[in-house]
This record gives sequence, C-alpha cells and structure tokens, in this order.
Amino acid sequence: MYNFNYHRPTSIDEAVKQYDEAEDGQYLAGGHTLIPTMKQRLSAPTDLIDLSGIKAMQGITRSDDGAEKMLQIGALARHEEVASSPIVKSMVPVLSALAGGIGDAQVRNRGTLGGSVANCDPAADYPAAVLGLNAQLVTNRRSLDAEQFFMGMFETALDEGELLTSVHFPRPEAAAYVKFPNPASRYALVGLLVAKTNDGVRVAVTGAAPAVFRAAAMEAALTDDFSVSALDSILLPAGDMNSDMHASAEYRAHLCTVMAQRAVAAIVAQDQARARQVTSEVTSESTS
Amino acid sequence: MSAKSMSTESMSAKGSSSVTVNLKVNNKAVTETCAANTTLDELLREQLGLSGTHIGCDTSQCGSCTVHFDGRAVKACTLLVAQCEGAEITTIEGLGTADNLHPMQAAFRECHGLQCGFCTPGMIMAAVDLVHQEETLDEQKIRKGLEGNICRCTGYHNIVRAVATAAKKMRN
Amino acid sequence: MVEQTIGKSVQRKEDLRFITGKGRYTDDINLPGQAYAVFVRSAVAHAKIKSIDSSEAESFPGVRAVLTGGQVADDGLGSLPCGWMLHSKDGSEMKQPPHPVMAADKVRYVGEPLAMVIAETRKIAKDAAELVAVDYEELPATAMVNQAQEGAQIHAEAPHNICYEWELGDQEATEAAIASAAHVTRYSLVNNRLIPNAMEPRAALADYNPGSDELTLYTTSQNPHLARLILTAFVQLAPEHKLRIIAPDVGGGFGSKIFVYSEETALAWAAKKLGMAIKWTAERSESFLADAHGRDHVTEAELALDGTGHFLALRVKTTANMGAYLSTFASAVPTYLYGTLLAGQYKTPNIYVEVDAVFTNTAPVDAYRGAGRPEATYVLERIVNLAAVELNIDPVELRRRNLIQPGDFPYQTPVALEYDTGDYEASLNKALERAGYADFSSRQEEARSRGKLRGIGVSCYIEACGLAPSRMAGSLGAGVGLWESGEVRVNPTGSVTVLTGTHSHGQGHETTFAQLVASKFGISVDDVEVVHGDTGKLDFGLGTYGSRSLAVGGSALSKAADKVIEKGYKIAAHLLETERDKIDFDDGEFRVRDSNQSKTFQEIAFAAYVPHDYPSEELEPGLSEKAFYDPVNFTYPAGTHICEVEIDPETGKVEVVRFTVVDDFGTIINPMIVEGQVHGGVAQGLGQALLENCVYDEAGQLQTGSYMDYAMPRADDLPAFSVDTTVTPCTHNPVGAKGCGEAGTIGSPPAVINAITQALGIRDISMPATPEKVWRALGAGRAHV
Repeated sequence: MYNFNYHRPTSIDEAVKQYDEAEDGQYLAGGHTLIPTMKQRLSAPTDLIDLSGIKAMQGITRSDDGAEKMLQIGALARHEEVASSPIVKSMVPVLSALAGGIGDAQVRNRGTLGGSVANCDPAADYPAAVLGLNAQLVTNRRSLDAEQFFMGMFETALDEGELLTSVHFPRPEAAAYVKFPNPASRYALVGLLVAKTNDGVRVAVTGAAPAVFRAAAMEAALTDDFSVSALDSILLPAGDMNSDMHASAEYRAHLCTVMAQRAVAAIVAQDQARARQVTSEVTSESTS
Repeated sequence: MSAKSMSTESMSAKGSSSVTVNLKVNNKAVTETCAANTTLDELLREQLGLSGTHIGCDTSQCGSCTVHFDGRAVKACTLLVAQCEGAEITTIEGLGTADNLHPMQAAFRECHGLQCGFCTPGMIMAAVDLVHQEETLDEQKIRKGLEGNICRCTGYHNIVRAVATAAKKMRN
Repeated sequence: MVEQTIGKSVQRKEDLRFITGKGRYTDDINLPGQAYAVFVRSAVAHAKIKSIDSSEAESFPGVRAVLTGGQVADDGLGSLPCGWMLHSKDGSEMKQPPHPVMAADKVRYVGEPLAMVIAETRKIAKDAAELVAVDYEELPATAMVNQAQEGAQIHAEAPHNICYEWELGDQEATEAAIASAAHVTRYSLVNNRLIPNAMEPRAALADYNPGSDELTLYTTSQNPHLARLILTAFVQLAPEHKLRIIAPDVGGGFGSKIFVYSEETALAWAAKKLGMAIKWTAERSESFLADAHGRDHVTEAELALDGTGHFLALRVKTTANMGAYLSTFASAVPTYLYGTLLAGQYKTPNIYVEVDAVFTNTAPVDAYRGAGRPEATYVLERIVNLAAVELNIDPVELRRRNLIQPGDFPYQTPVALEYDTGDYEASLNKALERAGYADFSSRQEEARSRGKLRGIGVSCYIEACGLAPSRMAGSLGAGVGLWESGEVRVNPTGSVTVLTGTHSHGQGHETTFAQLVASKFGISVDDVEVVHGDTGKLDFGLGTYGSRSLAVGGSALSKAADKVIEKGYKIAAHLLETERDKIDFDDGEFRVRDSNQSKTFQEIAFAAYVPHDYPSEELEPGLSEKAFYDPVNFTYPAGTHICEVEIDPETGKVEVVRFTVVDDFGTIINPMIVEGQVHGGVAQGLGQALLENCVYDEAGQLQTGSYMDYAMPRADDLPAFSVDTTVTPCTHNPVGAKGCGEAGTIGSPPAVINAITQALGIRDISMPATPEKVWRALGAGRAHV
C-alpha cells in the first residue's frame, strides 16, 4: 500500500471539502474493498477520507416518507448491524438475511452498506437489494432512484466527490434473496432478489452481469402468476452475462432461473406461513 | 503509478501521512505513531511484538490475522491503524495465557483442533466471537460461522468439535 | 509407575505455545538491524532479459542494495539442482537444464525471481522494487502440458521440451495380455494441477557474521539438513560447517517446503555478500506464483480383464508437467512415486507404464502431499471402477476378486515394489460396514424423494512410504541416502532430550516421538523434549516428507533408546553388584531378577554423569546415544475410502454427505494425531476432487493467483469424517509403523469421483467436479442451448 494523507472528518460537509481539496481523494467506509485493493497497489489515492466519525451517516431508523413508512439506513451501517437490527428484521427482513450472508463474519463486522453500494462490485449482494426493493439513494446533493444509480461494472451515478449518505428502503410486501456463491471468493456467482412491492413484482440480479439489473421477463411472468412454475420456461439471455473460469454465461443464465425459483418458493412459503398464522390467530380468537 | 516514500509530516488540516493513534491492546493503553498506510496487523506484529497474529494472505480471505475490535472479530490485515482510534483490540495473547487458558484455547488443544498452529490464533479469535454471537450452535452453524478462516491442516473436523466443546463451557 | 502412552491419544506438547500465540515461526524472528528483501519477478512467461535498469531503485531513499541474477552468475553460484537422476528408455540421462538462483539471461515462468531489492523496511523495498525496469524480448510461451512437445522450446538442452521418457514394467507381456483379453477398459484423464497453500507463506531470515564466517539461515523448511547439503555442495553458497540452517515452527508444508528455492538461496547469498541480516517473507500472491505446484498429469490407461473379472494387465501412458525448471525432487514424483504404485492392492500380473516429463513455462512442479501416489491411485481406482460398470459387476466385488490376500505376502508387484504385509480385505470390509454400504440404496431412495441424486464411491489405495532404503534409492538415481538419524540424550536428572533429523510442521512429532522414547524408558512424556529443525544442534538428517518421520526417524530414535537402555543395564549391573543378564528393565526400573534390588532410570542417569561409583574401565561416562536407521524396504500403508455424495440436479452442486476411511498404518503411537492427519489429508483430496484447480492461460499467466480465484476447502465445504484403522504392523522396522501423513490425500479423490459418476450415471467427470461441470454432465446444458 502506498502512503496517503489520512483525514477523519466529523461532518459530511467537512468530508466533501477534504475530498475536493485532495489531489486524488477516496472516501473510506469499512474499507473491505478499498484496503485490499490498495494493498495490491491497484488503487493509490493521495488522500483517504475516513467517514467513520460522521454521525449523520450512521444509524438505522424508521421514517415516514409521505404515506409510506421507509427503512432508512445510514451509509455507514455495517453488514452485521443491518443483519441483527430489529427494525430491519421487522420492516425489511430480506435485507437482514441478505446482510447476514455477505462475505464472512469478520467482513460483516466491518463492511458497510454504503461502501458496498457505492463500490458497485458486479458480484456484491447489496445492489440486488437496492434495485430489487426500489430503494432511494440519498447523497450529499440529491436523492437517486435505484434505476438511475447503477451504471455498470464498478460504475455508479455518483459524481466526483459526491457522497452516498443513506439508503431508504420501502417496505416490500414480501421478498427473498437467494445466491449461489463462487466457491473460491464466496461472492455471488449469481444472486437473485425477488420482491413483491407496491409497484409490482421486481426481480434484481447480481453477479451474473457487469452490473446489477432487473430481469423484466421474470417480472412479467411472476406478475401474471406468482409461482415457481411461472419461471420454468424463462431463461435470461446468456449473451449479456459474465463468463469466466468460475462459470460460463450459459450456466449463470441457468442459475438465475434456479435462484429466482428458489426465491419465489421462499416467498410463497412465507405467504403460506403468514396465512396460517392469521388463520390460527383468527381461530384462537374465535375459540377464546 | 509512481512509488511514494513514507514521510512523517506533522498533522495538518490537509490530513497527515502519519497518524498518532490511542487505542487499547489487550487491555493496555497504547499510543502509537505510524505511517498512515500502516495496517493493524503490522502494528501488532512489528511495533508491539505481538506475533501471535499471523498473516496468511493479502486479499482478506484467510482469516489468520483475526483479532477482536471492540469485542468483534475482524481481519487485522484489512484495518488501518488510523481506523483504530479509541478501539479496544484483543489478540490471541490477550485472550488467555498458558496457565489461564480461555475455554476456546483449551478446547482446541483437547480436541486436536490444530496442527501447524499457523491459522490457529485467528481461528480461535473468530470462534470466540461466533460463540458470543450465536445463541445456539450446531455443526452446520459452526462450519458456516468459520467461513472466513482457512485451515489447510485439520480438515476442520476437530476445529468444529473444539468450538462445540468450548461453546458449552463458555455458556456454563 | 508412569502411565504407558503408546497407542494413547496424548494431548500435544506443542499446542500450548500455538494456542496462546507463542509459536515461533520464521517471520516472528527478528535480528537487530535487519534489512528486508523484496523480489522482482518476471511479469512474462517466456522472454529474453535484454536489460535490467536498477539505478532508480538503488537511489531510492532507504534502499541498501539491488542485486540481480547477473550478479549471482558473476559470483559463481551454482544452479539449483534436482536431486534425482532419471534415465530415459534409451538409457540417456534426463535433461537437467540449469536452474539459476535468479534469472540472468532468460525468464521461463511468470513469477520467476530476477532481482532483489534490499532496504530498511519492507515497504521501502516494495516501493523500490517497482522502480526496477526490466526490458524483455518476449518469446512464445508453452504453458499447457498437452502442447509442450509442440510448443516453443524453453531450454536449449531439451528439444521438444522433453525432460525424459521413462518406462517401467514389461511392455511386451502387457501388450500381449491386452491384445488377447476378454475385456479392455480404456480411460483418458487429467490430474488437475494444484497449489499446495500451506497457511504460512515461505519466509527466510539470513544472517552473516564476517568475524566467524558463519552464515545462518532461518527458513520455512521441511528438511534443513538437505537444504544445507544442497546449498553447500551444489550451489557453493558456503562451506557446510559454516552454514547453519534453522527451521523453527513451520506453518504447514505438504511438500512445498521440501525444496531448495531461489528466494531463500538468494537471501543467504545476499546476506553474506552484503554482511547484513536480511529478511524476506512471501506475500500469498508470491506463494501462488512461485511455490512448487503439484500433480498436472495427462494420462491414458488400459485395463485388461479376463472373462471372470480378474485383472490381466494395466498399461499407462502419462505426460507429466515439470514446469519451467526441475525442482529438487521433481523427476522422481511422476516415476518412482507413481509408476511403481500402479499395482495398487491388486494382483495384476502385467503392468507397463511410460511417463514423458515435459517442461512448460509455468512454475516448477514437485511433490505435493502424496506426490505421485495420488496420481497413481486416481488412475487405478477410476479405471477399476469403470471396468466394473462396463462389466456390470459391483465395484466392490470387482476389487475384492483381485485383492492381494494376506497369504500372498511378501508380494512382488510387476512394478518393482515388494509389499511386506497388509490385509486389504479387512480394511475394505470394515470401511463398508462403517459406511453403511449395504444400506446405501435406502438412503439413495430417501434423497431422491427430496429431489437429490445420491451416489457412493469406493477407493482402495496403497502407498509406498517411509522413504527410503538408501541402496534402493541410490540405484534409482537419488542423489542422497534416505536414512534418518536420531539422538537420545539422557540428562543427569533423568529427563531426556531427543534430537531427530526429521521435521515437524504440524504433524505433532514433539508429542509422538516423546511418547515413543518415554515408553522405552518408562518415564513421563513430560520429561522428554524433542528437538528438530536446526543443523547446528543435531546430526545430519533427511527431513520430513513421504510419510517417513515415524517409520524412519522414529526407528532411529527407537534404536538410540535401545542403546541407552543397553548401557543402563551395564551401569545398573555395576551398581547392583550383579551381572547384566540378571537384570530386567521395566517401568523405568532396572531390577535384579528375583530380588527386591533395583535402580531407577533416573538413578542410572545420575550415576552416568556423576561416575563416582562406576565401571570406568569398561564404560565411558554419560548417557547419550545416537543411531542412524536405514530402512530395508518401503512401508506400505493401505486402506479404503468410501465417499457418499448428494447432488443438487438444479445447480450441479455436490455435497459430500459421508466420508469413511479405514487405514492400516501399522503400529499407531497416538491415534488422535493419526486421525488428524487423515482428516487433513482427506480435506486436501476433496479439495482436488471438488474445488481446487490451478489455471494458467495460454500466455502462461496464472489465472488462479489468489484465494479469490483458487478455491480452498473451507469448513462448510466439508463433512465430518468417519475414520478407523486396522493394524498389520510393518515387518521390517522396529516401531512397526508405516506412516500416515499422505494417505488421506491419496485415497480420497477417486472415491469422490466414483461417487459422483455413480450418482449421475455417467462414465466420467474431470476434477475438480465443479457445479457447472456436473450440471453439464446432467445434460441440462444441452437442454438450454
């Protein structure tokens, strides 16, 4: 790792100012992508701006956003924090499960939501949640739709120096995330998030292509018939997918269908369990 | 990409290429000044002489360098010392000693959960955090929970036994 | 009376330091004023070095020196030798091109060291290493083993990149038997290339004292004496008595730390040249590039059977990758550790094997856990399984029909070895029972009801261990003897210091050897300290590899302990005023037969060092004995592995749900340690079968250069193992031990593939059986095309 100037601002404004003044600045959140990259000398910022002292970027809260209750997660929330948060569990349980499956325990204890989302690794888990749940990405300058945010491999809509400060997740009716990990790195070879939301069924795919994307064909099929078998004949085009020594594009395309079906099966099971619960509550009320 | 040498500029508004950090290591207050690009494993091994924390890879995958940061397992190779201001770090040397072993250390010996010993400190530190975090542990949870630590000697069989054994003792 | 510990699972003496972070590995050792080295490595697979400009690096603040391969050559350092001379079919010697300590004129693999930067800190050395400008004239690369003979020539000495063309066995008889056989099974396979990945990266710290001319090298070695011999006799680094090599705690080896490498050698040379202490510690990425790799065979085999399912002949033709240079034992691995093992546990009357060893522009390939024997077992246990399928005979039954029976020993195979003892069917039967083989179909049914495909596979392995009878090794081309030394020093108070020429890097010798010696003397294991890994402390030794430590090193210690006891008898006879023949030694006491008179072991030790009342005319004072042990034969551990897998047909993911092993390792000193060795060995075998694969692209760039791309087995990839033993003690060494370090890696890969192919109902699948390969084998791939 080359040396750099280290900064530890306590406010968003201070951080942005330090970034702007730096010759080649980088924001540092959990550092679990940036530090390994710097150690391999693939990245050599002149200045590292450590965001961990910024209170405004921390915390997990429930906010009223118009008519809808939103789950608001500070960009610095660590994966473990999201995984174990009672608020997340009650509002967007899929996010808690997804965060609990990122990397390994040590990585989850340091890595952050904002770092992962802003880095936009094609095999990262969080982008599937952001896109699949139609989250809002709030920066120091604006609020972006998930659709606008992810541009390509390691490429987002964030401008130079723009700082992702929090992510706001609407509460889905139901959702599930299923991934097939790369046997070496444990990143997602493919990861599928399927959600029933206010504006319909959404399916987001990570790992398979240069950047997270929505699988329109799957969404359409599931809108017509939210069942595992609805996806039987749906195969996403392999031509758009990554092909490397770990998996061919064709295999990734196949896995997308399998993982999507498993996510749907999980949602159907959740629905059934909920229905059973409601039934039993009704039954117990009527019998008591 | 050009190489940049270390320098020891003093702290300024423009940030600093060297940092002075106050932290606790194994319950002892430590104030260290080091280059900003110093990682926690380097501080522990080279400046504090705590060589029980090992470096087994350069991509944050092997877990040999696992220590506790405010009680939670982290990979010391992927943390800048600068990020440790105010932190309480516990290394294998601070977990237990030869005449007062932590139950996890004792269980690793009892169950033959180590062979060459190189991954062992990191494995033990990760396992202690795992037991603290999980209310109940079965074989599958232990195996999954140790995903961040690679051992090449044991095939993990006896490590899993050791963690299960220690978990029982730690909960009594 | 002290508890007898042979056969008991004594907790390991070495563990206390490891679990408390007090192990002392090479990188943990520091010397005042030490400098740090970083190597400049070739970025290309094959090129002439037109020039190296190190001026910018040299003037970088904090840099002490930049040394290049050219300076190594100028100083007259010798080539790194291969210690085993092979001869081709035509009688010619193998081609052994020079293996420079650092490349001077030409580079032949990515990662080959060509210069070193020495600086005040690691970081400075690393920064400055980037400033060393190397001008290459690139040459076409030959990276793939199956294209080596047609590819660009790598060494002037080796046309068609052929190192040797070796054969063993009776070609004519084998071909005749195949030609007239009722059935011939044919099989082509690739044994995938692996990277050993001991968790401690290689490291070294060299120190030179100009006043005494002593050069000390702390290094991650499995055999410090052998390293010293090579560095002295071949590389001419320093006189043998002025070179001390210390291998302290070593964090795993699996073969990869046997060899004498460029970096350690260059470091010692630089320390002497510059008169300073210098440290080098590999980063993991360097381990991937420059540790010797393993396996990498392409093989075709034919097994001939008669109408009753008895084996008639086996013919094997293998191309083995040596990499860019011959590493220390490279030539012996695909020949004497491979071809000689092809009889396995079976009475196959005719065997003929040919091995072409080739050079490629890849890292050197040498012994990795099992070394040749896993490759041999894979060929045999796969082709036997295929024959069973083709002939519609149960694979276990086909094996059983051909097993060498207990009454057949000593059994001379058609490929040079003479097995001394064993009971293969006993291990097979015990394994079948433990694995619930008979009830497999009910588990298969149950799995099917969950949508899973379940398969079971068997593998019966044999290995030749306890390397090695020196005369035999010498006649086969070995450059050294393969005996072992041991010394037993009884201290005046009766505690014992044991010195062994073997080396422990995880195998628990400090405990096993202590148990062995303590049991001889009837003293506590706690009173025995084992010393190894320092040429300055002990006699010459050959180190640890080939599952030899207990069988050969333990035997030397056993002999030395016997000498101590023999001397003890004489001292006791004097003190007890009787004759030697009237004394018994038992439970740590020398007792006069049929009397109550006795002397403890400790009393005898004290008398030997304080010889006031002593038979000084006949005996020297002191109680310390040495022994050298040269085995008369190899040892032949053998056993059965049974793997049960469950496959998710939707994804192709294979889960090993049961793994059963029954081994015959002869006499066992510490069952806990032995089981641990089996667990670890099986894990590496499962790694090869399911996960691990070293991949180079056609340009010779390593594609799997980190744990992000090279899939290491992790805890959740593996099952719990079911391990047991049967015992037929080795007939020719005093311990009765056969060795257990490699068996797990040898027996397991074919068991896994046999299980997968059975589950899928297919003929073959290559290793590693990744989910995508399995999915394609299921035909699912075609369905989507």
